[in-house]
Amino acid sequence: MTATTANQPAPQPGNGPGSRPGPRPRRAEPSRDGHRFFGRQWQGRVVVVTAVCLLLAIAAALFGIVAGSSSLTVPDVVRTLVGGGTRAERLIVLDLRLPRVTAGLLVGAALGLAGALTQTFARNPLATPDIIGVTSGASLGAVSAIVLAGGGYSVAAGLLSLGLPLVATLGALVTAAAVYGLSWRGGVDSYRLILIGIGATATLTGITSYLIAKAQITDAAAAAQWLVGSLSGISWASVWPVLIVLVVVTPIALLQSTNLEVSQLGDDVSTGLGVALQRHRLIVILCAVLLTAAAVSASGPIEFVAFVAPQIARRVARSGRPPLLASALVGAIIVVGGDALARGVLPGEIPVGIITAVVGAPYLIRLLTRRNTKESTL
Amino acid sequence: MTATSTPRFRRAGAPAGSAAGSADGSAADSAALEARRVTLSYEKSVIFDGLDLRIERGRVTTLVGANGSGKSTVLKAFGRLLTPGAGTVELDGHPVRSLSTREVARRLAILPQKPLTPSATTVRDLVSRGRHPHQSLLRPFTPHDSAVVDAALAATGLRGLEGRDAGSLSGGQLQRAWIALILAQEAPTILLDEPTTFLDLSHQLDVLRLVRRINREHGATVVMVLHDLSLAGRYSDRLVVLGGGRVIADGTPWEVLTPAILREAFDLEALVIPDPSCGSPLVVPVDTEHR
Repeated sequence: MTATTANQPAPQPGNGPGSRPGPRPRRAEPSRDGHRFFGRQWQGRVVVVTAVCLLLAIAAALFGIVAGSSSLTVPDVVRTLVGGGTRAERLIVLDLRLPRVTAGLLVGAALGLAGALTQTFARNPLATPDIIGVTSGASLGAVSAIVLAGGGYSVAAGLLSLGLPLVATLGALVTAAAVYGLSWRGGVDSYRLILIGIGATATLTGITSYLIAKAQITDAAAAAQWLVGSLSGISWASVWPVLIVLVVVTPIALLQSTNLEVSQLGDDVSTGLGVALQRHRLIVILCAVLLTAAAVSASGPIEFVAFVAPQIARRVARSGRPPLLASALVGAIIVVGGDALARGVLPGEIPVGIITAVVGAPYLIRLLTRRNTKESTL
Repeated sequence: MTATSTPRFRRAGAPAGSAAGSADGSAADSAALEARRVTLSYEKSVIFDGLDLRIERGRVTTLVGANGSGKSTVLKAFGRLLTPGAGTVELDGHPVRSLSTREVARRLAILPQKPLTPSATTVRDLVSRGRHPHQSLLRPFTPHDSAVVDAALAATGLRGLEGRDAGSLSGGQLQRAWIALILAQEAPTILLDEPTTFLDLSHQLDVLRLVRRINREHGATVVMVLHDLSLAGRYSDRLVVLGGGRVIADGTPWEVLTPAILREAFDLEALVIPDPSCGSPLVVPVDTEHR
């Protein structure tokens, strides 16, 4: 034992978990981390980061309503939102932009939360719904609904609100069960999970392409447009399923956060500390699959959000694993912000899925090259 | 432990006295752990078939044996990390399978061989995870939990390092942090799987002295797996030698560490002499080639 550290002053009794004993004992080495002001890190910094993300998400939503071809000002928008405004303003704000921005917020939040759950569960930032095949499973389900049910957007409108989410969820569930089952060997090895997931993604994408190639030209166009991941033409009907899933799943996921925290120490340690691992894993996977399926059903697969958002949240919060709520909010900011950027700033209407892919892919490469030099749990 | 808090290690039976001579008395009939006719296997290979093993309360019991003799397997079965194919494991007289995993975690702590050190986590936060079995939605982290964590950090000499990132610790410091986590769990029975691997000799001694102290001061029952026979003999009340799918020998260090048993269990020619520093058995391998 190092003798220098043994005789620290005793702590004052009755210190709460967040408070610190009065004068800090002299440190042998300078503290390496810069967040000593908050007691246990997740209680301090994560709360602040989450609050800031919430404000940014609201700002992004306002920007999303204002941005676009018809020029509106923030006061116009606020006036319309509280019940005023001209008829034209009401049409643009309430019927066109509000559902689009709401869908963006919800889809982004669902993807961010799903990514945070799978990355934490597999202890690997590469284990996101896009990479382990869940997104492609949902996409295949949705495309087969669009193509096999026949008819383009007009017929699919009824389908979009009911049938499509169900088929997409089914596709996501089956894929998740297959990938998880194949990679299971007395525990989840994250590398096996990712490799099998990449294989599943390739297979499912192939089948999806086959379906599109075989489909009527109008259906094929609709499916191809949908596969890019876009918020254009979204209506309130596609917003509700995502909202319901988020409202149900978020509290369940949050209740798993202490188990997620402990499970970072490895399967044996977490069992030793009383985590019922099988049940915990099942809950986490189901939550992630439902969130992904709901998001994909509403907007099509918006690439890389589930992958990037949790990692941004984790780095900003400087926590050991992606904080769940902050990841959801960062996802919402990315999708709404990206969509608004595409409509308001960049020329032409670029689907948000292209923007997130252009931003997300370099990040993936950076993470992969960095992991080669420095191995870490997350 | 510091005077500010008294962790609630359940005292049961007398804390173990001297290694060989402690009178059993009333403590003898209460086993902390007991394996009855247990069959243990990985995938298809059966390691033990019908194993009986009883761990007495308040003692330090060390499992020794050659590589592949199933020491860790037995420890995992005791710690419900491995479910027996047949037979029962009893903890404090209850079949382990009848207790919830959280209830087991309050009675028994296990430190496996390769725990994952989380990133961006301070030593204090790591040790705080030991309180998990005592927390729930309705009972979050309390000042008592905080005091128990303080005590565990103090007992392992980590008070000065509590704000450090766990990933920046040296091997010896990290091992002490993991033991502090196990201490914070406040379980009366503690299982340690090779707690001294990858440590130099002086840090091995640190860890084993700490284990001895936990046992003496809190009456904790300790079961561990060790490779070094002389250190096992020095810091244990009882040694269990495993090999060939059975218990080869079971008794005090002097009863077990004999040339005949070492030959059978390890295929090792060795002399056993009294350790000049403390009188425990010292295993000296005989090198036939360089004579």
